[in-house]
Amino acid sequence: MKDLNQLNSFHLDILKEIGNIGAGHAATSLSTLLKRKIDMNVPNVRVVSLQELPEQIGGADTEVVAIFLRIEGDAPGSMFYLSEVQQAEKLIQSLTGNDDFQLSKPPFDQIGLSALQEVGNILAGSYLSSLADFTNLNLQPTVPGLSIDMVGAILNYGLVALSAAGDHALVIDTHISEVGQTQEQTAGHFFLLPDPDSFQVIFKSLGVDVNE
Amino acid sequence: MSEVIKVGMADLKVATPPNTIRTSGLGSCVGVVIYDEMTNVFGMAHIMLPDSSQSKQATLNIAKYADSAIKELIKQLLSQGARAFSLKAKIAGGAQMFTFQSGSDLMRIGPRNVEAVKLALKQSKIPILAEDVGGKSGRTIEFDPLTKTLHIRTVNQGTAAI
Repeated sequence: MKDLNQLNSFHLDILKEIGNIGAGHAATSLSTLLKRKIDMNVPNVRVVSLQELPEQIGGADTEVVAIFLRIEGDAPGSMFYLSEVQQAEKLIQSLTGNDDFQLSKPPFDQIGLSALQEVGNILAGSYLSSLADFTNLNLQPTVPGLSIDMVGAILNYGLVALSAAGDHALVIDTHISEVGQTQEQTAGHFFLLPDPDSFQVIFKSLGVDVNE
Repeated sequence: MSEVIKVGMADLKVATPPNTIRTSGLGSCVGVVIYDEMTNVFGMAHIMLPDSSQSKQATLNIAKYADSAIKELIKQLLSQGARAFSLKAKIAGGAQMFTFQSGSDLMRIGPRNVEAVKLALKQSKIPILAEDVGGKSGRTIEFDPLTKTLHIRTVNQGTAAI
């Protein structure tokens, strides 16, 4: 499948389920780490143009904390865990017990950064391993990279692989939040951006005809 | 009234003073400003990938690739009255946002974009008067045609003007 517009609602539902399973496991991991209740929303699956994507996360200039990893193996793709700076600070403060941890001005506390990277590793890892179990595909995450920067600049990276094939990306977006928190205090977003050739592999692994 | 013209990802635009031109969130992408010192016509491209021959698309998005975007930008500038001999360029971007152990080609996209942009400008005989490339930070850049300066903002390293 070369054209994302060929996807029908049945396909989108399957991709939603993938987001659901992945983020569900990740939310459980985070909940275990923090010993708090974590909630998640129904994943949002959409095809967006490259220009629109940063706008949908508050504009290309917005500063975020991002964990990025490449998925290698049968169905390559990119994965991001994006979190607001304040939320990431709070997360690390409660994990490390260091209330002075901040991400607004360098130098950053190395132990806190390392903890943050590990959280990203655990969340992305549980997302991905549940996806691999579900599809029976061989998927390996690269060691995640951590960056605190403009969201546009960060997304550039994950879009490179698919931008050679088209001007649109299929985004499986799930956000998780702490129970009792308002929408503004979303803990983070998962973005799964499969490479263009990976859709066919994913659908096939689930026994779905792509040209249905 | 001056306006800020916004250039998106894989996009290019031409403008005239007193308007300024801006692109936000350059990561591994490279922002190229080409301007005519005499007529003050100027334009900017937000380039994502080095080489249009790598495209797998049926219809090529020329603004996405270094070689095709720079050609198109020059063409549009000339049609707006710019003169080829007085064109100058300033470039910024091409950062390495994440560091990975495995240095695959994909991860080196920032430096490759910078190389491709420089090559394309050289082939068109346009001198690069200033550059701020590489590093690990995302950039938002804005070009002011009156002072011919490119203002660069980063998250943690403040602002710079080149």
